[in-house]
Amino acid sequence: MDPTSFETHPSRYHHWRLTTDGDLATLVMQVDADHPHRPGYELKLNSYDLSVDIELADAITRLRFEHPEVKTVVFTADLDRVFCSGANIYMLGLSTHSFKVNFCKFTNETRLYLEEASAESGLKSLAACKGTTAGGGYELALACDETVLVDDGSSAVSFPETPLLAVLPGTGGLTRLVDKRKVRRDRADVFCTVAEGIKGKRAKDWGLVDAVVPRSKWDETVKARAQALAGTVTHKRGPAVALPALSPEVTANRIAYKYVELTFDRDARTAAITISAPEAAPPADLATADLWSLRAFRELDDALLRLRFNHPDLGMITLRTRGDRALVLAHDAALHASTSGFAKEVRLLQKRVLKRLDNTARSMFAVADAKDSCFAGVLLEVALAADRFYMLIDGDKVAVATSVANTGGMPMSSGLSRLAARFYGTPAAVAQILARGAEGPIASEEAEELGLATIAADDIDFADELRIAIEERASLSPDALTGMEASLRWVGPETLETKIFGRLSAWQNWIFTRPNSTGQTGALTLYGRPERPTYNFTRT
Amino acid sequence: MTAISDEKIPNNVNLAGDRRLQRALEAWQPSFINWWKEMGPEGFQAKDIFLRTAVSVETDGWAHFDYVKMPDYRWGIFLEPKKEGRTHHFGDAMGQPVWDEVPGEHRNMLRRLIVTQGDTEPASVEQQRLLGQTAPSLYDLRNLFQVNVEEGRHLWAMVYLLHTYFGRDGREEAEELLARRSGDRDRPRILGAFNEPTTHWLSFFMFTMFTDRDGKYQLSALSESGFDPLARTCRFMLTEEAHHMFVGETGVQRVAKRACELMKQDPNGDVRKHGGIDLATIQKYLNLWFTLSLDLFGGEVSSNAADAFGAGLKGRHKEDRYSDHVLLEATHHMHVLEDGKVVEKDVPMRTALNEVLREEYIKDCQRGVDRWNKTIREEGVSFEFKLPSSRFHRQIGMWSTASFTPAGEMISKDQYEARHDEWLPSAADEVYVKSLMQAVTEPGKMAGWIAPPLKGINNLPGEFEYVRL
Repeated sequence: MDPTSFETHPSRYHHWRLTTDGDLATLVMQVDADHPHRPGYELKLNSYDLSVDIELADAITRLRFEHPEVKTVVFTADLDRVFCSGANIYMLGLSTHSFKVNFCKFTNETRLYLEEASAESGLKSLAACKGTTAGGGYELALACDETVLVDDGSSAVSFPETPLLAVLPGTGGLTRLVDKRKVRRDRADVFCTVAEGIKGKRAKDWGLVDAVVPRSKWDETVKARAQALAGTVTHKRGPAVALPALSPEVTANRIAYKYVELTFDRDARTAAITISAPEAAPPADLATADLWSLRAFRELDDALLRLRFNHPDLGMITLRTRGDRALVLAHDAALHASTSGFAKEVRLLQKRVLKRLDNTARSMFAVADAKDSCFAGVLLEVALAADRFYMLIDGDKVAVATSVANTGGMPMSSGLSRLAARFYGTPAAVAQILARGAEGPIASEEAEELGLATIAADDIDFADELRIAIEERASLSPDALTGMEASLRWVGPETLETKIFGRLSAWQNWIFTRPNSTGQTGALTLYGRPERPTYNFTRT
Repeated sequence: MTAISDEKIPNNVNLAGDRRLQRALEAWQPSFINWWKEMGPEGFQAKDIFLRTAVSVETDGWAHFDYVKMPDYRWGIFLEPKKEGRTHHFGDAMGQPVWDEVPGEHRNMLRRLIVTQGDTEPASVEQQRLLGQTAPSLYDLRNLFQVNVEEGRHLWAMVYLLHTYFGRDGREEAEELLARRSGDRDRPRILGAFNEPTTHWLSFFMFTMFTDRDGKYQLSALSESGFDPLARTCRFMLTEEAHHMFVGETGVQRVAKRACELMKQDPNGDVRKHGGIDLATIQKYLNLWFTLSLDLFGGEVSSNAADAFGAGLKGRHKEDRYSDHVLLEATHHMHVLEDGKVVEKDVPMRTALNEVLREEYIKDCQRGVDRWNKTIREEGVSFEFKLPSSRFHRQIGMWSTASFTPAGEMISKDQYEARHDEWLPSAADEVYVKSLMQAVTEPGKMAGWIAPPLKGINNLPGEFEYVRL
């Protein structure tokens, strides 16, 4: 099949209808059964797959950039008795392991973005569940600020994954139940094993939803609650900037954007990402979609998604930068100096893309091997996100630089800045680097001494050092590497996010490979088939 | 403790010795009576009705006739007597002893099956609550109430299972069965067809002919269940369901017979001119209620149906007649909608079981329609009722996504809308049929749009005072 593209536009949505009315927006889920991400299943009953979630992610991003007037987005459905029945089970059954993992990761990221939009941008969300809200449908609701459920004697919220499919509600559901909604864990235990879910007053009493509302009062109540949410917003937003398509040039071994280039070496199972610095100083009016800080990171985001979904066999990624360090720093400075809502949105987008990079389950080595290498400011974060950072020693020519972007505004999922994570337990080292960075670029040898570079080597050693490291890395077990890298990258404290990716998703990914779910007699395999599952009841 | 006794509640489940059931019923029984007074037949609660009451499961006990006021009706709890040594005779647990208690593994699925079935019983009473005011005769009025009190008893039967086997959840579900209301926007009944009011007697007859017959097939499939108390409960309910279908089948037959008589009286065969319901209009109501009832069987290809069969909870109608009771290899040849076209396909049998049951049901309906046609022939009139295609006018399942003629040919939505009134009752038809609905309360007399029954209740004469007004 064709490689997946992550670019879309509301005018081309198959599965959602986005409308705005003053400070309220409505996202109507109207999944078109006949337009799944790929052939082989139908998206019935507002079940979703990647194609549905790509549109959702697009809609949320556009609301942030293109509709700064919107303060609350209401999620609803155009079906009579169904809000959303979750991820499509037949799709999961047909998917490779790698696809399932990436699908869950992407949907998790999108739901975290929804929460981030509420916390950071003042874009509140309300799930108006006028019907069955099952599995991933309820997980979407859990990611909203508020959830209201229709009280019609039959509509329930539910997590049927464990009792019905022998898997988990893997889109943050289990974590958000207890960590976000603070549902008592014994009740959560009951809830997660009742396939038909919990409805009405009990759903409210248990804290599964914020309100239950009869049909006759539905529309007015939803509107009133959406407006009340909007009334809590004090954030400054805008100006509005429309996001044009990135339209990269895609060939067999290369995806080229304006600032980002992704090349593949399939035989070596490696890919190379190169990010270019801006060509000029930032414009006086930053509010343009062509702004380097926005454009380059949108491109990097798209490249990472394509890499994840379309190139699962490329396990080793090198990250390079090229261009004028000073221009990167100038863009960082302008972006952080601006008090506009738009500038803040761009900073938040950079933060999200850097998290997407952290969260990409490929080995990543940052490489500064040329004098126009420009790991500076926000691009230094790219190097710090990598598992290792190789720098060529070439006098003062190859160097890194810090900016305001390294001081804590681009935190990882753990809440730590990448510098703080790198020097976990040694805050003085972070302070030292920021102080030194304020004085000017830091060349390779000093960068190694300060702990920024993993290895700095001169031109005699560098090429071999890097080649051998890459070849060695590409030869190791990808499974073990994924686990190893994930364990080392998220040093430090746990947050909702790290728990979702590190605990919930990791367990889910294990369960996905177990015979009880995906073996010949596993529940996921047999769903919709005449046979019923049989389990191996041995526990660890 | 006045209401809960073997005297008030005839039963064969040892109510007197079952403290859990007593406690549950003490709370539920008053709610049921309140529900009955609020939502049961409007205007006749204080009247003496000549009703059949089941007082035991013996041959002489299940049909005890006497005058009774409906709120005093003795709703009882009866299960067919237990057969020792019964084993699962279908599904994955073939050959193992049947369950006398709910297996935890299947608790939720069973509860859902029982609640869905149970919800239809009070729903139909609610749908029919105004019909008493326009009954065409005392005979029919009494039959309506008989159907109503027995639907009430069927509710009791399902509530018994919920109370006895499902603990606190079961008690809550039993309360919910009384809290939902047919057609209520906020708390509707579970299945769509049970939220439409039965607005006149032709619809009532069609309902008892077609919708109660769905009940027969659902109960029949559940009477095969490996959960023995459910099987035994449903088997006893089936004896009562037969009367409901008798009311429906003979009711429509009498309306058709009257139409034939009036056709012959009028030089132009104009039935409406003489206050009857013409055969073409009857056909439209047949189309409506038959297809509404088809929806109740659920999706044509259904993993729920497969699960319920595999788990041994719901079998097929008369499972014994089949040879393969596991159905892992078997397929069912059926029509399906694929890429917008009707094609024939072999579907794994377990997932096709809703359709298998529906097909059995359709055959049974056809037998009733054949008897109507025989009546018409005997009247010397040239007309035949036809069951429409199971693709026509569907709101549930794969056919609901496209439009079909009664012959089953696919047409556009516009074409369908254009011909709607030709195939289904129009607003004008509904106004006309309702205009005929005037109560006839003199013993032995009939409304002009319906022929008298061949014989009375319990071999009593037609002019017997079935309801004392």
